[in-house]
Amino acid sequence: MFRHAKFRLGWSLLSTIIASLVLFPLLALVWISLGNNDGVWSHLSSTVLSDYVVTSLALMLGVGAVTLVIGIASAFLITHFNFSGKRFFEWALLLPLAVPTYITAYSYTGLLDVAGPTQTALRNTFSLKTGEYWFPEIRSLGGAIFVMGFVLYPYVYLLARAAFLEQSSNLRDVARVLGYSKRQAFIKITLPVARPAIIAGLSLALMETLADFGAVSYFGLSTFTTGIFRTWYGLDSVAGAAQLSLVLLSFVMVLIIIEKASRKRASYQNKKSQQAFVATQLRGRQNIIAIGLVSTPLLLGFLVPIAQLLIWAIETHAELFSITFWQLVLNTIGLAAITALLAVVLAFLVAYASRVKPGLTTRFAKLGVSLGYAVPGTVIAVGTLVPLARLDNSIDAWFRDNFDISTGLILSGSLVALVIAYLVRFLAVALGSIDSGLTSIHRNIDQAARSLGHKPFFVMRKIHIPLLRSSVFTAALIVFVDVMKELPATLILRPFNFNTLAVRAYELANDERLMDASLASIAIVLAGLLPVVLLTKASLNTDAKT
Amino acid sequence: MQLNKVFLVVAVLFLTACQAPSSEVNLYSARKEALIKPLLDQFTADTGITVNVISSKADALLKRIESEGKNSPADVLLTSDAGRLHRAKQAGIFDQLDSQAVTKNVPSQYHDAELTWTGLSVRVRPIMVTDSAKPLGIKSYEDLATSALKEKVCIRSSSNIYNQSLVAGMLASGPAESVEDWAKGLVSNMARAPQGGDRDQIRAAAAGQCSVVVANTYYLANMLNDTDKQSDFSAASAMSIIWPNQDQRGAHVNVSGAGILKTAPNKANAHKLIEFLVSDKAQQLYANVNFEYPVKPGIELHPILANWGTFKADSLNLDQLGENNAAAVKLMDRAGWK
Repeated sequence: MFRHAKFRLGWSLLSTIIASLVLFPLLALVWISLGNNDGVWSHLSSTVLSDYVVTSLALMLGVGAVTLVIGIASAFLITHFNFSGKRFFEWALLLPLAVPTYITAYSYTGLLDVAGPTQTALRNTFSLKTGEYWFPEIRSLGGAIFVMGFVLYPYVYLLARAAFLEQSSNLRDVARVLGYSKRQAFIKITLPVARPAIIAGLSLALMETLADFGAVSYFGLSTFTTGIFRTWYGLDSVAGAAQLSLVLLSFVMVLIIIEKASRKRASYQNKKSQQAFVATQLRGRQNIIAIGLVSTPLLLGFLVPIAQLLIWAIETHAELFSITFWQLVLNTIGLAAITALLAVVLAFLVAYASRVKPGLTTRFAKLGVSLGYAVPGTVIAVGTLVPLARLDNSIDAWFRDNFDISTGLILSGSLVALVIAYLVRFLAVALGSIDSGLTSIHRNIDQAARSLGHKPFFVMRKIHIPLLRSSVFTAALIVFVDVMKELPATLILRPFNFNTLAVRAYELANDERLMDASLASIAIVLAGLLPVVLLTKASLNTDAKT
Repeated sequence: MQLNKVFLVVAVLFLTACQAPSSEVNLYSARKEALIKPLLDQFTADTGITVNVISSKADALLKRIESEGKNSPADVLLTSDAGRLHRAKQAGIFDQLDSQAVTKNVPSQYHDAELTWTGLSVRVRPIMVTDSAKPLGIKSYEDLATSALKEKVCIRSSSNIYNQSLVAGMLASGPAESVEDWAKGLVSNMARAPQGGDRDQIRAAAAGQCSVVVANTYYLANMLNDTDKQSDFSAASAMSIIWPNQDQRGAHVNVSGAGILKTAPNKANAHKLIEFLVSDKAQQLYANVNFEYPVKPGIELHPILANWGTFKADSLNLDQLGENNAAAVKLMDRAGWK
């Protein structure tokens, strides 16, 4: 008994340590925000702050609606029906996630902008002049909602799909026996039971929306992130920028609390069904409609922007990379793999701690870990850099005093700082997936195993971890892709002469030179696809087995 | 025994790896690596000194240098505008430059009085118009706010540093109230909400959404030079440059520039790099590869640039762009310039 108590104490200590890893850079932000801000705050609140708040909220609402509709609808079709090409769509629906949001934004702008081929053709065909016809403005709030919605829906799709699959067919059979129609059964049973997972996916999409800088700044929107950088770069007020970041964090807190509350009210835990759910076979017209429906997000979120890139590549006779390309691939995949592995392990520990030892400490740890995802990469990078460099310099000073050796910058000048920043930013993603997986394992299983005399560690190793495999793969997959695409923190924290695919794509694509970078961008997306496909396949296979 | 030997070897190797080879220089660059690579390659070929680069946003690099403190590996900070150089100088991280090399090549308005930073290339931000706007007779930045230009102007966001510098320059030459009125007038003349980059404004004008554009010249030159991209080439060909305020202060200019850090571990090499960047050879590369104007007078221009003719540049000391930057941003916030 005593050993078990110690086991549990260890958990809360562990989760506290992991949470402080994330919280430290955020606390550094608080410290930075206390600096002198020369009345920047009163300037902001009297001029642009309300704009930042309103635009950010509107963007979140819009992107939330789009990702929910597409994510749930496609997950529903994939899990409930059999149609031609389903096995392909099952993983292909994830592809939009492999393209950095700002690249999709650039492509669509090229295509739909007033100077782009679509409107030019329109003008030439009907001999119209600009201003004489109506055409939706792509660089607008609506355009941003469209682009981000179609890039970010895979978060909802991925988690909703897993949740639908985990539901036993018994549940739905009961619903049918009770006289519910198929649609009613979906709305009254399937959807509510999957709600925790869907909301976890949605909150990931929303946090990513809040943190985005590239696309919103290109579209000329005044959101929190553009405001943060405007305050820092333009007004030269690091303190003001940090204060804005803290307001952004309070938004995230609200988001997380809503998510947690919704989970609490709907704490469904269901046993894995022995009876695999049988999907309905679609034929004829229904088959074609289903294919059409799942093709749409794939088309708009992935194929159209990639096609635009290809056209540019052909038009401009773009050249592919030199030999350094493979170095870039190696750097990127290495970093992404290490981070994904660490993130999964740490997230598992935090999620598990709150299961084994529910309480204030572990709950706060979970909350703390969830915060980082919505903070713009640059802000996290600075929050990581400032304390790490301080630590480095103290270590150096100590060694100089005692041994007359200079250790230099051991942490902040190396990839360690970069991996820490990635973890701060992306641990929330891994936690979301693993935590929702863990919630769906019924506690009766733990009790049964314990009453059979098995030690807690045994229960974890032999029961929970195998049951969590699918969630763990999902977590690893998302973190991997996110790190591959990550740009701002990489830019500022990387060591000398160290480039990743995203950095190279950005350097080429920036300054409105995406045409020059088209082939490079395609290569980057392709290089990113391979691991995505492999991980997805692995994740799908695990689902099939369990 | 075996293990001890291995440990020794590893330790020695590690220590040697830690010892920086003497022939290198570490560059923190706010300019994209691709843009400065031809210059740096030439420097390495000439001197045998390897250049290590980290490229990122200027303010982020500045923060990194400040945090790294006396252990910072950075030797040289390269920025794409004068405002950031001023900021670095204010932060007290810049060392004195070699006065001979700089003053011999760079006119005094393009480096600060204390010689902590120097400009390396000049970037001009004139007005560009399509044929339909030529009869409007625009002569100055101030004209952009006249009511005759209603819904005719395309200009990018005020978050962009070049617009901030433009307004900071105006603040240095006139009273703040009239600059603010001007900014409000400009906002009401915009054909669309500010969006995209400088090239996008040129494209929009060619497509007929507006007819008056404010953009840096090297964007236009790049579009004119790349004949492969038909649509961009014809868009750029539709524009004519108006050199603004030629009877008064002159066209607004900014510089890309650099300074050497006090904590630089390879100071001698850093001085060599700056000396190279202001030399004729490097200045010619700036003019011919990046289509920027050289800071050094008398360097031969690329035909596209030469074709635009000569112009009078604002002779304001560029340190002032940095001093006025925050005031400029606040002013644009108040004027509703997104």
